[in-house]
Amino acid sequence: MIASVHFPILQIVLPLLLAPVCVLLRGARLAWFTALTASWGAFGIAVALLYDVLAGGPVSYAVGGWNAPWGIELRVDAANAFVLTIVAGIGAVVMIFARKSVEHEIGDSRAYLFYSAYLLCLAGLLGVTVTGDAFNLFVFLEISSLSSYVLISLGKDRRALYAAYQYLILGTIGATFYLIGVGLLYQVTGTLNMMDLAQRIGGQEDLRGVHVAFAFLTVGISLKLALFPLHFWLPNAYAYAPSAVTGFMAATATKVSVYVLLRVFFTIFGVDFSFGQMPLGEILMILAVAAMFAASTVAIFQNDVKRMLAYSSVAQIGYIVLGIGMASVTGVQAGVLHLFNHALIKGGLFLAMGCIAYSIGSTHIRDLGGLGKRMPWTAAAFVAGGFGLIGIPMTAGFVSKWYLVLAALEQGWWWIAVLILLSSLLAVLYVWKVVERMYFQPAGGTGETVERAEAPLGLLIPTWILIVASIWFGIDTRLSAGAALEAAKTLLGAG
Amino acid sequence: MEAFGLYNYWIVIFLMMSGFYVVIARGNLVKKLVGLNIFQASVFVFYISMGKVAGGTAPIIAEGVETYSNPLPHVLILTAIVVGVATTALGLSLVVRINEEYGTVEEEELAGKDPAE
Repeated sequence: MIASVHFPILQIVLPLLLAPVCVLLRGARLAWFTALTASWGAFGIAVALLYDVLAGGPVSYAVGGWNAPWGIELRVDAANAFVLTIVAGIGAVVMIFARKSVEHEIGDSRAYLFYSAYLLCLAGLLGVTVTGDAFNLFVFLEISSLSSYVLISLGKDRRALYAAYQYLILGTIGATFYLIGVGLLYQVTGTLNMMDLAQRIGGQEDLRGVHVAFAFLTVGISLKLALFPLHFWLPNAYAYAPSAVTGFMAATATKVSVYVLLRVFFTIFGVDFSFGQMPLGEILMILAVAAMFAASTVAIFQNDVKRMLAYSSVAQIGYIVLGIGMASVTGVQAGVLHLFNHALIKGGLFLAMGCIAYSIGSTHIRDLGGLGKRMPWTAAAFVAGGFGLIGIPMTAGFVSKWYLVLAALEQGWWWIAVLILLSSLLAVLYVWKVVERMYFQPAGGTGETVERAEAPLGLLIPTWILIVASIWFGIDTRLSAGAALEAAKTLLGAG
Repeated sequence: MEAFGLYNYWIVIFLMMSGFYVVIARGNLVKKLVGLNIFQASVFVFYISMGKVAGGTAPIIAEGVETYSNPLPHVLILTAIVVGVATTALGLSLVVRINEEYGTVEEEELAGKDPAE
């Protein structure tokens, strides 16, 4: 089949081209349908690519027929095919959710702008994931970032504007740091292709330019992925963005940045330089543990549940980075696996909050009383997702924490394993706070009759798809853990 | 003197630090964007200086010319300039919307305008 050769570029081009089509069509329904086609198309291609790569090894695509290292190469191997699938999958599922949610929160008159920006953001994220060219990565990163600033600013609350502005400033600083790092690397090596860079850095490790480039890249990307203490843009952005945007961004944007970090550490610089010559392992470990505890503690004291989940995201990114910081196959596998599982869990939880915002008009904890009776399906979804966040057995969160603990014990760091368990207890506290309010406290306070106000199926179905997936991958780990292992082997083998 | 010969890079560092300082220290949202622009401009100068080869001309084949500057960083930075323009435009439009909603673009005044949770 001729089209399958072009799959790597096709899944970026599809949303990229259909984004302006959304603007031209104007009608909310038509624009939604266009966006739905694009996102499901991209998801289909991503799944096909994952199977191709797992069966037949890395796929390389020369854009415009210009071969690497001169042209831009799109390179799909086990690591990014896996990330690609989860990003495109979440993008597709959230798109189903978006129709009702956007109609309610943004309004039909401006809906086409939302769908257009959403597709651009998706195209950018998919582009970042597949590209094998360091500068091209910057361009895609900015496509996705610029459209995500727009998406966040569409929030109903006026604080969304200021949150988007703050994210714009910090996001641009992060991207510019990345650009400086790439420039320094180009100065040393004269190439931008990642594979070529990896080869040419070999033997140049003692140059000051390489060290400075490494520092700029690490800090720049850490800003983008909201690694503690560079996470200040995240809670406001997630709390005030429209529900569909929060669900999408929480599950994809930070995850793609984590993937970029993996690429830079393991593919470009190699594990010997990143973790042997530079004290990266220790730094990441300390920051990750700080994130796990500090952000979880802050989450306990939040009254807006969306904001609480946003802080919890910062903590969960800590777990992912902790796995990466161990720089062993099991550690990186646990990191990548948690990236996947957390995307499903947090995506599901934020969509559940979207259902609540749709029916009740608030995500403040004081308004959630009696929700177990008023919105039984949504409340149950929240509980199931919350279990995943804590890491209760039979959920995806358990599997990734299990691998993390295994990786820590493999290194003989039993105290890290203890810290992982202790920080999970903090998650119990903040999840319980919401569950208690939902199930054990009456609505309002007076003894009025409880009326059911369940969210429409258009919102419930995508929410439950993600929640069921998070439980599915908690029981059947063959696909997720297997693909994560392949990803870890690829990343560490390339170094 | 080598330090003087590298004056481009001194300018880059000066612009980078001053731009970065403005972004962090100023409370006015428009001034922050100006700082961000200076910060980005320093990276443009950095890339352009990097591509320059001493004694080289523009990379157009001509008689009697043997040394050419490296055009690749220059092309790259064209893309980065476009990205910078888009960022500035979006940032300024956000500031306009913030001004419409809050009636101010000063960070300190913004902080008190919304009720605490």
